[in-house]
Amino acid sequence: MSTSATAAGSAEVQAAESGRPVKAKLSNRTKAERKLAWMLCAPAAVVMLAVTGYPILYAVWLSLHRSDLRFPDRSAWIGLDNYVTVLSANLWWKDLFHTVVLTALSVSIELVLGMLLALAMHRAIFGRGLIRTSALVPYGIVTVVAAFAWRLAFSKADGGFVPAVLHLQNDPLITTWSTYLTAILAEAWKTTPFMALLLLAGLALVPDDLHEAAKVDGASAWQRFWKITVPLMKPTILVALLFRTLDAFRIFDTVQVLSNGSNRSLETVSQLGYNTLLTRLNLGLGSAVSVLVFVCVLLIAAAYVRFLGANLSQRGGGG
Amino acid sequence: MSVDRQRLFGWAGAEVIIVVAALFPVLWLLSLSLKDPASVNDGRLIPKAFSFDNYSSIFDENIFTAALRNSIGIALISTVIAVALASMAAYAIARLEFPGKRVILGASLAIAMFPPVSIVGPLYNMWRTLGLYDTWPGLIIPYMTFTLPLAIFVLSAFFREIPWELEQAAQMDGATPLQAFRKVILPLAAPGVFTTAILVFIYAWNDFIFALSLTSTTRAQTVPPAIQSFTGVSQFTAPTGAIAAAAIIVTIPIVVMVLLFQRRIVAGLTAGAVKG
Repeated sequence: MSTSATAAGSAEVQAAESGRPVKAKLSNRTKAERKLAWMLCAPAAVVMLAVTGYPILYAVWLSLHRSDLRFPDRSAWIGLDNYVTVLSANLWWKDLFHTVVLTALSVSIELVLGMLLALAMHRAIFGRGLIRTSALVPYGIVTVVAAFAWRLAFSKADGGFVPAVLHLQNDPLITTWSTYLTAILAEAWKTTPFMALLLLAGLALVPDDLHEAAKVDGASAWQRFWKITVPLMKPTILVALLFRTLDAFRIFDTVQVLSNGSNRSLETVSQLGYNTLLTRLNLGLGSAVSVLVFVCVLLIAAAYVRFLGANLSQRGGGG
Repeated sequence: MSVDRQRLFGWAGAEVIIVVAALFPVLWLLSLSLKDPASVNDGRLIPKAFSFDNYSSIFDENIFTAALRNSIGIALISTVIAVALASMAAYAIARLEFPGKRVILGASLAIAMFPPVSIVGPLYNMWRTLGLYDTWPGLIIPYMTFTLPLAIFVLSAFFREIPWELEQAAQMDGATPLQAFRKVILPLAAPGVFTTAILVFIYAWNDFIFALSLTSTTRAQTVPPAIQSFTGVSQFTAPTGAIAAAAIIVTIPIVVMVLLFQRRIVAGLTAGAVKG
C-alpha cells in the first residue's frame, strides 16, 4: 500500500527544513492560516489516530492480561507472561523464519524484475501503453484472487495444470519448499508492477544527456546502467525497497489461501497472530504476537530510515 | 538485418513476454471458470467443453450475490469518506503554512505501514461489545487505517501541482471566492481527486484480513472471505469452478478501470515519488 509516499514525505521534510522563515511576531493572517490548516487536517488526523492509536494501545493492554474468550471469567493481569510464552515457543521462531525468508526472497526477485519492467516501460520504442496497462492488472487484482489463481494451478488436489504438465508425483502444495516457491511466485507476480512503477518515477529523473555523454565516451549500456542509472536512483530504490519490505513482512492473504485446508507447512507471523486471536480466541496470547509483529515492522522501518537518512545526507541533502 | 529491425524485434519479444506474464494467471482462472463442473479438475489448460454453469451456480447462491453487494457498498463508502477527509487535509498541506505539517505526513506514513494483524484482535473484541461486528460500519472504520494515508499522500502530491495563482487571478477579475473555487480550482483538482478515488477503491476492494476477522455472515461479508469459504455443491465436489467464476467476476471491474484509466493510475502512483 501507501505508494509513492516516503519520497513525497522526504521532499516535504527537506522543504520544511530549508525553506521555513524564522518566526517573527505572528501576523493575524498567519494565525488565521494556521487555524484554517488545523481545522482542515483535524478530521483526518482524529480518524487516523482513533482507528490505529486506540486499538494498538488496547492490544498492548490485552497482551499483558490472561484473556481467553472461551474462559472469560479467568481474565487477570499477568505482566509479561504472554510474551514469555510466545518467545519461548518454537512456533513463533519458525513462523518468523518463514516470514523473513518469504520477505527477503520475494522482495529481491521483485527488485530485479521490477527494474527490468521499469526500464521496459521507460524505454520501449513502441507499445508503452500496452505494457503499462497489462502490468496494472496484477497490481489491481484482489490478492486473494491472485493467490487462488496460483493455488488452483499448482495444487494437484484442485486439478491444477502445473503438476499435470510437469508430471509431478506429489502435490506441490503439500511440501514446505514447494509451497514457499508458489507463495514467492504469487507475491512476485502480484507486486512487481508496483515496484516497477515506483522505480519508473526514479528513472524519469535520470537526465538523458548524462547517458548520451557516457555513450559518446564509449560506455556500454551495462556500464551506463551501473555507473549512472543505479547511483542516481539509489534513494528511489531504497524507498521502493522500504515499502515492499514492510508490505511483504505483513504477508497474510497469499499464504492463507495457499495453506487453506490441511496444509499447515507454511505459516507466517501474521497468520500466527490471526489464528491465535480469531481461531483459538486467545486474545491475550494473540495480542502479544500482534504487538511483536508491530515491533518487527518498527525495527525494519527504523533500519531503512537510518540507511536512507545516511544516504540522503551523503548526497548533501539534495532532492 | 539492420540494427533498427533487430531492436524492433527485440522489443516486440520483450513486450510479448511481459504481457503474457502479466495476464497468464487471469487467463488460467478464466479457463477454469468456463470448464463444465464435471471436468474442472482435469488439469487441462484449455477447457474441453465450454460451459457457463459455474457462473450461474454462484449467482444462484445468496452467499456470493450478498458478498458482491457488500464489497461494492463498503468499498464505495470507504472511498468517499477517505477522499473527502483527505482532500481537506491535502489542501492544507499543499497550500497553507502551518506547524505540524510534517507530523501529519509522517504520521500518515507510519499508519500506512501498520500491520493490520496488530489491531484485528482489539477491534474484534470492541466490535462485539459495541454491536459493530459483522456490519458495514464495522469494516468501513478499520479501512480508514489504510485508505486515509494513501489518499492524503496521493492528493497532496496532486494538489502541489495546481497553479493556485489562478484562483487569485479570477478573484481580481471580479469572481467571488466561491466562484473562483468552483469555476477555476475545482476543474483543476477534479482529475487528481478522481485518480485518488480509483486507487483507494482498489485497496478497499482488496482487503482480506479485516473482512475475514470482523464479518461472518451475508450481512457484511465481502467477496474475498466469501470466496474462501465456498464449498462444493455437495461435500464430494470441489468448489474450484465456483471459486474461479467468482474470481473472474471481481476482477472485471479492476480490468475495466485499468483499461480506461491506465494513464491516471500510473500518474497517481508515481506522483509522490517523482517529487523525491
